[in-house]
Amino acid sequence: MTGPRTLFEKIWAAHAVTTREDGTSLLWIDRHLVHEGSFHGFGMLEHSGRKIRRPDLTFAMADHYVPSHDRRHPIADPEAAGLVTTLAANAARHGITHFGLDSPDQGIVHVVGPELGLTLPGLVLVCGDSHTSTHGAFGTLAFGIGASEVAHVLATQSLWQKRPKTLRITIDGTLHPHVAAKDVILAVIARIGAAGATGHVIEYAGSAIRALGMEARMTICNMSIEAGGRAGMIAPDDVTFGWISGRRHAPRGAAWDAAVAEWRRLPSDPGALFDREVHLDAHSIAPTVTWGTTPEAALPVTGNVPNPDDAKDAAGRQAIAAQLAYMGLTPGAPLEGTRIDRVFIGSCTNGRLPDLRAAAAVLKGRKASIPGLVVPGSVAVKREAEAEGLDAVFTDAGLTWGEPGCSMCVGMNGDLVAPGQRCASTSNRNFEGRQGQGARTHLMSPAMAAAAAVAGAITDVRKLA
Amino acid sequence: MTPFTTLSGPIALLDRPNIDTDQIIPARFLRKPRSAGYDNFLFADLRTRENAFPLRPHTVPIVVAGANFGCGSSREGAVYALVDGGIRCVIAPSFGDIFAGNAGKNGLLTIVLPDAPARLGDATHLAIDLPAQTITLPDGTVIAFAIDAFRKRCLVEGLDDIGLTLVHADALAAHESNLPAWATP
Ligand code: SF4
Repeated sequence: MTGPRTLFEKIWAAHAVTTREDGTSLLWIDRHLVHEGSFHGFGMLEHSGRKIRRPDLTFAMADHYVPSHDRRHPIADPEAAGLVTTLAANAARHGITHFGLDSPDQGIVHVVGPELGLTLPGLVLVCGDSHTSTHGAFGTLAFGIGASEVAHVLATQSLWQKRPKTLRITIDGTLHPHVAAKDVILAVIARIGAAGATGHVIEYAGSAIRALGMEARMTICNMSIEAGGRAGMIAPDDVTFGWISGRRHAPRGAAWDAAVAEWRRLPSDPGALFDREVHLDAHSIAPTVTWGTTPEAALPVTGNVPNPDDAKDAAGRQAIAAQLAYMGLTPGAPLEGTRIDRVFIGSCTNGRLPDLRAAAAVLKGRKASIPGLVVPGSVAVKREAEAEGLDAVFTDAGLTWGEPGCSMCVGMNGDLVAPGQRCASTSNRNFEGRQGQGARTHLMSPAMAAAAAVAGAITDVRKLA
Repeated sequence: MTPFTTLSGPIALLDRPNIDTDQIIPARFLRKPRSAGYDNFLFADLRTRENAFPLRPHTVPIVVAGANFGCGSSREGAVYALVDGGIRCVIAPSFGDIFAGNAGKNGLLTIVLPDAPARLGDATHLAIDLPAQTITLPDGTVIAFAIDAFRKRCLVEGLDDIGLTLVHADALAAHESNLPAWATP
């Protein structure tokens, strides 16, 4: 009966418990991840006198407020400490598995979920955090929700959602050496705009996407929200199954075989229709850096920052001028050579092992000329990186090796960029004040951030490699 | 939730695109309990940095803004700051999806209107009628707007989402009992 369907449509149909006349569906939620910031949602739940419907499908992780330096002492900041403790207390009271400050599995929720095999193809996963789109790399329908929705999922294990439209972004061809997933997604956002995918679920397809490992696919899906996407997804394949197999919460034995058989039916059928299609040539993507205060303000490192006079209209002129003023950049100046004050390597975008390897490959045998912080995305990433000696590469270069968490991506734990300072960052948002009041953020790949650390300026990593 | 039917009052014009939720409420305030009141966190850094920033808490009930308002972080605190600061309605050409969802859950009406700053920016004052789905300008011009039927109903009636969902308890239970074995951890 049904014609060819997209990956998204298959998952949506399998999770719609009921659908209203206006097309809004009540979706069953398979996994709900919570973090310190979810305290509002817990508060609302308790205020309503309701209980958690499925504590066994709810997992709590401390990431936003945990310190990245020295965990031998209690958290000094009483408010941050309070939020970390509140999460632990809520988890204990409601019978939720909790990965707290001293857990060997602690880390950023979007790094740990996949590591533990909680993120599986064909599931619907939500979290009170916009970068939940990360989990779509597994062929999961995963999206960020607000606090009221957190309370709703806690109480009902379901969520009302208006059916989004679909957008397929096909990237064919081969990426140049030293061009990474981060460059791909920045190029995508520059192309379609920060609101380019609003109201849409993005499916990334094409030979360049198929060639990527799971961590790189997570980097791409992670930043779907920076293009306004409701979610980002990649069809699961043998790379996906190989990565998941054997992880703690992944199915085993007969359940694994049944799951893989099911997952092989998920990819979009030939002929399935998308509401919109965008095509990019992988070969055209260069190492990419943001110059402004929205992720769409991204350019090849070889480019020049725009001049307000180049804009089509007055609003465009004003938008460029305001961004250049905040960023302290001269209109038309070359991006390369822009002086950088500090470096941050980490976050749910680029805090995984291959990211750290890429940065270490540039830094090995070199010295950083500016301070920098390298923060693994999870304790597991930290362990693996240390086993390979990556920590020594970073510290020998003069950078600081931190404890896992969100850290300087958002600065909630106190890791802030000073006002007016310019930071080369592997995180996902260059918004005004994101890394601290008055902080100036340039988003780039781990290898490019490492190159910036060496040169003390925005540098084309291809010249160092 | 406070029901929303009609609203009239002065506007603040934020004529810039991509106002993200980090601007609406900087991250350092998100640790505060809701009982603290979020009004003073509203645009805290922009208000400090730009003397002429056109929006202060408790001055207007309506904001007219540029495209992609509320993009970025899912923080519902952005909506709390607007609502606690006296804002009941934001009109923009487009909104971040998560922000718009959060708004509806807190009685904040978001109206999608192409070219909103150009069409409404000169009006000092607007009257909004949600049941009729109209915006009326001081000169009497009436502009119709579209809104999802369910979102409208929740706003007009001030409905509790969770209570509404539990009406479907049987369907939920049926779905739950049919989950494949591999889908639970
Ligand atoms: S690393 Fe940054 S973007 Fe990711 S969850 Fe943490 S704060 Fe959010």
